[in-house]
Amino acid sequence: MMPDPVDFTPLLEQFKTAGLLKMMGDTPLISVHSNELFSVVTFVKEAMGFILLLDITAVDNLDMAHPTSTRFELIYLFRHKDFNKTMALKTAIVDPDVGVETILPLYDAADWLEREVWDQYGVLFQNHPTLKRILNHNEFVGHPLRKDYEITKGQYCTETQDMLDEMQPLLDARGLDMERDELMILNLGPSHPASHGTIRTLVALDGETVRAGASEIGYLHRGFEKSCENHDYNQIIPYTDRLNYCSALMNNIAFAKTVEDMLGVTLPDRGIFIRVILTELSRVIDHLVCLAAGLLDMGAQTNYWYLFNPRNDATDFLSKLTGARLTNSYMRIGGMTHDLYDGWRADLDDILKKVDSGIAQTLTMIEHNRIYQDRIQNISPVSAEQAIAYGFTGPNLRASGVPYDLRFDKPYYYYDTFDFDLVVGSQGDTHDRMMVRFEEMLQSIKIIRQAADTLPGGEFNIADHRIVMPPKTAVYNSIEGMMNQFKLVYEGVKVPKGEYYGAFEAANGELGFYIVSDGSGTPYKVKVRAPSFLHMAAYPKIIENYQVADAIMTLGSLNIIAGEMDR
Amino acid sequence: MEVAYIIETLIKIVVILLVFSALAGFGTYFERKILAFMQRRLGPMHVGPFGLLQIAADGIKLFTKEDIVPTNAVGPIFKIAPVITAATAFMAAAAIPFLPQFTIFGYTVHPIVADVNIGILYILGVMAVGFYGPLLGSLASSNKFALISAARAASVFISYEVVTGLSLLAPLMMVGSFSLIDFNNYQAGGIGDWIIWSQPVAFVLFWIAAFAETGRTPFHLVANDHEIIDGFGTEYSGMRWGLFFIGEYANMFFISFVIVLLFLGGFGDGSVLGALGFLLKMSFFFFFFLWTRAAWPDIRPDQLMWLCWKVLMPLAVINVVVTGFVMMF
Repeated sequence: MMPDPVDFTPLLEQFKTAGLLKMMGDTPLISVHSNELFSVVTFVKEAMGFILLLDITAVDNLDMAHPTSTRFELIYLFRHKDFNKTMALKTAIVDPDVGVETILPLYDAADWLEREVWDQYGVLFQNHPTLKRILNHNEFVGHPLRKDYEITKGQYCTETQDMLDEMQPLLDARGLDMERDELMILNLGPSHPASHGTIRTLVALDGETVRAGASEIGYLHRGFEKSCENHDYNQIIPYTDRLNYCSALMNNIAFAKTVEDMLGVTLPDRGIFIRVILTELSRVIDHLVCLAAGLLDMGAQTNYWYLFNPRNDATDFLSKLTGARLTNSYMRIGGMTHDLYDGWRADLDDILKKVDSGIAQTLTMIEHNRIYQDRIQNISPVSAEQAIAYGFTGPNLRASGVPYDLRFDKPYYYYDTFDFDLVVGSQGDTHDRMMVRFEEMLQSIKIIRQAADTLPGGEFNIADHRIVMPPKTAVYNSIEGMMNQFKLVYEGVKVPKGEYYGAFEAANGELGFYIVSDGSGTPYKVKVRAPSFLHMAAYPKIIENYQVADAIMTLGSLNIIAGEMDR
Repeated sequence: MEVAYIIETLIKIVVILLVFSALAGFGTYFERKILAFMQRRLGPMHVGPFGLLQIAADGIKLFTKEDIVPTNAVGPIFKIAPVITAATAFMAAAAIPFLPQFTIFGYTVHPIVADVNIGILYILGVMAVGFYGPLLGSLASSNKFALISAARAASVFISYEVVTGLSLLAPLMMVGSFSLIDFNNYQAGGIGDWIIWSQPVAFVLFWIAAFAETGRTPFHLVANDHEIIDGFGTEYSGMRWGLFFIGEYANMFFISFVIVLLFLGGFGDGSVLGALGFLLKMSFFFFFFLWTRAAWPDIRPDQLMWLCWKVLMPLAVINVVVTGFVMMF
């Protein structure tokens, strides 16, 4: 069932300067005057019900063949409260040093998103309280995603920041004083045993209670988006492996699917079913890693192996299938490198059985364990409204009781034909965030079994050899095959000019790719909407007034993956 | 006679030191193996048969590692702190009868260094001094994680000293002596005479407190690696860190001995069977430390305080009062 198209006429009636630029799939892209941006966004949120801010990004039109009126344009992506509709606003920036008004009063999620745009593109957001670098180092000079910043230009940055410029306003806002209240500043990370990747959180401690916190990220920033502008679409796939490295295949699939949607092609059913099986297996692996590490953080050691051993078997299966355990790079635009191997079904069934029993045994150990329940219940609860304001998606949002899952709300890949349940929590505390993941694994296993049972035969790649590599026999024996091969290797997949936002329900939440193509084989711009980025932005706020031990558990239950957060 | 007594005592001290230093090493091996079996993995396998020489490898590593004293640390205190932990652990062993007395070459040996008539008080006191190790070590190492660890150490150990002391009061009232030998003899009549039957509450309280005092899961807070790196051990390296470790494991062994002596009949009538039973019972309690670590998560510091002051301490007091009434009438 297709959702109703977005009715954006009220917006056009209200604001005379606004106009529909184009439809990106079923997402309208509406141009807005930068002076009116704040009131338009207010209208979009209050009157039209687009309550979830997905992403903010900019485009640098310097290299565009036909430049638009201004060099910089800002893109705002929103999701409707029914969760099946998205809308995009585009606003031209006349002067990046003047920029636009911040939308932070409307969406808490805008905090880090606007900082990132400023950091990467140098577009100013007026009245943003802490507009400072977030992904790049504080000593960094220039804005790397601008087209006139050379991709090879590295900078040596050595000094760490003390972050008191962020901490002091927080303390002032709470009426706290370091000396008077005998607070202690403590760095949790970047190399803390439980920081799950290099993440730094500066906390002001009163005893063991966190009174204020500020996070610094970017330790794993490697310029994914800049690299994308220098590689063709298939070359980007190995980079997507490194986004959420716990479920690399899912990133492969999400990226490939977005590009396929831009090309207007869909895979044959066999390809789709293989992707569904691997997506859900990746989701299981991702949740297993999250829960195993989370339980280890509270000292429940044994569960780590109960959950990690089946995960190990699952990566063995992926290794057998794709040649790599962690960074699979199995997908290609228009399909995948090769078909499933003979005997995959027996291996898969074996893994699912092991995962099932690993989950069952872990739950036996913890479900009715008083210590476990006392440690995680009512810790860092996030209400449904607050979770949406923070931009939470995925299991963390569902734990707060919001039934948003793209597989239900906007099904792709035949998800509407599978029999599985939407898992929601109620309190949004650490307990719910963990238990939702336990249940989601069981639902994913159900999907895998159904998809494997009904896996159709036939081709798994699309037949168009301008997109998918032709078979070697065709390359050696026919001029068309050789030309296809040559064009694909030298120029890459030619994606029609335009922009597109593709959303995918990944293990951590909505994984989105906003891609701008100039018609060549290399994307003009790629922006990842990484769920962990927004989860991490909320983290220092939700650990307030809980203890250090709770903060560690909260970080584990949010499942922050530094790879996709820092990009 | 005097000289013979001194020589005998010295020999006993050396034997206990050697045996328990080695046992502390083997304790880590047992722990790793038992945890491994419970967690479906192999544990140490590569050094020697079944990884038995892993202890030697670890020992060599600890002894040959560079001994780092941080610039800002308070040097003398930083250096002495691990010694306090290890030394007090072994000092506590002086009042523990490890086996019934036996005769060898016509000479009667009492396998206890000093049968002081306040043995239990002595053991509790010396073990309490042992807490100065983590406390001073963490305060001296000028590290914030160690500072949190110091705060945890001070609160946890002081709180659980109270529980330990109060839970022991009731059995002490029954036996009427502080000597562990007297405790053993009081229960020498067989399983029915064990104090655990008449003082089950005291037994459970003492046992729980033992977990807190040795810092074992679920009360593994003072050096909880997931929250505060290694707590007091964060800045320590090499054998200084190793001494903390030896102290912890020696304490686990000694506490296991003490629990058996106090509540489970000790070595009974002193026969060979009794001696074997003694070691078996002790091993069970040591094993139980490891078993709990495999089974349970860690509790939070404030929950630990809640458990101590709002649950265990009142129970211990009630137990003392009830015991008093029962003995009076």
